[in-house]
Amino acid sequence: MRVGQRIRDGLVLLLLAAYATPFFWQLLTSFKPEAELLVLPPLLPTRPTLAHYAVVLQESLLPRALLNSLGVATLTVALALALGLFGAYALARLPVPGKGALMLGIVASTAFPQIATVSPLYLLMRALGLRDTWTALVLANTSFALPLIIWLLAGFIREIPDAIEEAAALDGAGRLQTLRFVILPLVAPALASAALLTFLLSWNEFLFAYTFTATEASRTVPVALALFPGVFEVPWGDIAAASILASLPPVVIVVGLQRYLVRGVLAGALRE
Amino acid sequence: MTPRRRADRRAGLLFLTPALLALALLTVYPSVWVLWLSLERRIPVFGVARFVGFSNYEFLAGDPRLWNAARVTLAFTGASVALELLLGVLVALALSEQRRGRRTALALLLLAWALPSVVTAKLFEWLYHPSAGLVNFLLGERSLNWLGDPHLALPGLILADVWRTTPFVALLCYARLLTIPAALYEAAQVDGAGRLAMLGRITFPLLRRVLLIALLFRTLDALRAFDLMFVLTGGGPASTTETLTVYAYRSLFQTLQLGFGSAIGVIVFALVMATAWIYLRVLRREGMAA
Repeated sequence: MRVGQRIRDGLVLLLLAAYATPFFWQLLTSFKPEAELLVLPPLLPTRPTLAHYAVVLQESLLPRALLNSLGVATLTVALALALGLFGAYALARLPVPGKGALMLGIVASTAFPQIATVSPLYLLMRALGLRDTWTALVLANTSFALPLIIWLLAGFIREIPDAIEEAAALDGAGRLQTLRFVILPLVAPALASAALLTFLLSWNEFLFAYTFTATEASRTVPVALALFPGVFEVPWGDIAAASILASLPPVVIVVGLQRYLVRGVLAGALRE
Repeated sequence: MTPRRRADRRAGLLFLTPALLALALLTVYPSVWVLWLSLERRIPVFGVARFVGFSNYEFLAGDPRLWNAARVTLAFTGASVALELLLGVLVALALSEQRRGRRTALALLLLAWALPSVVTAKLFEWLYHPSAGLVNFLLGERSLNWLGDPHLALPGLILADVWRTTPFVALLCYARLLTIPAALYEAAQVDGAGRLAMLGRITFPLLRRVLLIALLFRTLDALRAFDLMFVLTGGGPASTTETLTVYAYRSLFQTLQLGFGSAIGVIVFALVMATAWIYLRVLRREGMAA
């Protein structure tokens, strides 16, 4: 029985590793010398090379795109969390007129398709002179991140017992102090989940970034990858290396910060 | 009203206002403005902006390209979501009995979901390469032109989407399975129930709710999906993978008809909201939603 369980566990892991093959295959490709790219077999590179990474990091616009993506994602997280935490606390705990309708509207807006809001947002960004800037992308990403964050955090805050806050109020704490010293420490793990989810969504976002950017000044990684230049032939090896670099933050999050990511996803999906 | 309650009201408005202003500007305003745009003939490069009533919609009603895009969108959504739910449940069942290496298992699974969809498009473009792609190599059949053949492109696209989103369904189901008390299965075993009976009588009924939720999320996401098809096939070959979103984008930013493209965007909008509304009604009738 115990041996059987071990074999079963190993088999499941093997199948899941096979499931991730598309990624590992790209990883392998990124180390293949040019001459071996378009020949199969052999499956494995006979002489692994870092040449594709050198090309991508030294000659392409990807390093700048990585910086843009990192900047945009970080600022989106900061803005959406700051606005979202206060908003969520008010909706979860304070007497706000029309609370039910507001919450319903916020939940509904998480379903808005980007393809419907992209044209007005494009005109808005143009009117504000924000085309091809980080600001445009931060604002656009906030438009879908903020409702999600409010929804997530309001759910977590509601789970904190009222008694804790009442105790703080009896000690003379105002709402701002209660939020800072009582609620914030308690929702810190939820905040981390929301931050990770927002970072990932912003890092992966393509439609807005593709539309509102024009040059390397603001092009993010997905845009740079979609527009990866090939002169006469498709540079499969370079694209593979660029894909792997673009995947680094998601890989780190899935491997290293899995707990927070899973909590965020589940809370977002299973909350009513 | 007590002073404390008055203070709370003030704090509530103060805390909520910045978020509401941001949402009003970035979400509400665009979603109302797009309705107006869809009633215009608007071509920014020529400075054209004229109210034309419903003529964009009238044209679209008889537009074969729109109906083709609608068919592609529905086929993509139906096939992807069905396969994702099926595979997701299977993976969740396998994971729920895992003793060792759960973290590794979840990491391997979630990787596909966490990658940017543009990366997924690049991964599959390379896997589908006619002569050097892994798919044709494994099939031992080296001439299939996955993304160039009108019969294969949509299945190829669906496969890529299923790969990307099955982990989400699996994670939801897996989390639900973990909360089913072992005592339930033990009691069934005492009563002489076999594995299949337990699956049918305990596991599936308890998964029902989470499956409906996964169905809702996945359907909405599939209807508004854009990145994967735009980068992987660009809607081709011969428009066999051109969804409503790709048609909308092409009209908006490639042929630069902002009004016409917005009308297609509004159609996607309506489709998504109607779907969400129907699902919520079903959920509510089952006494599942708040």
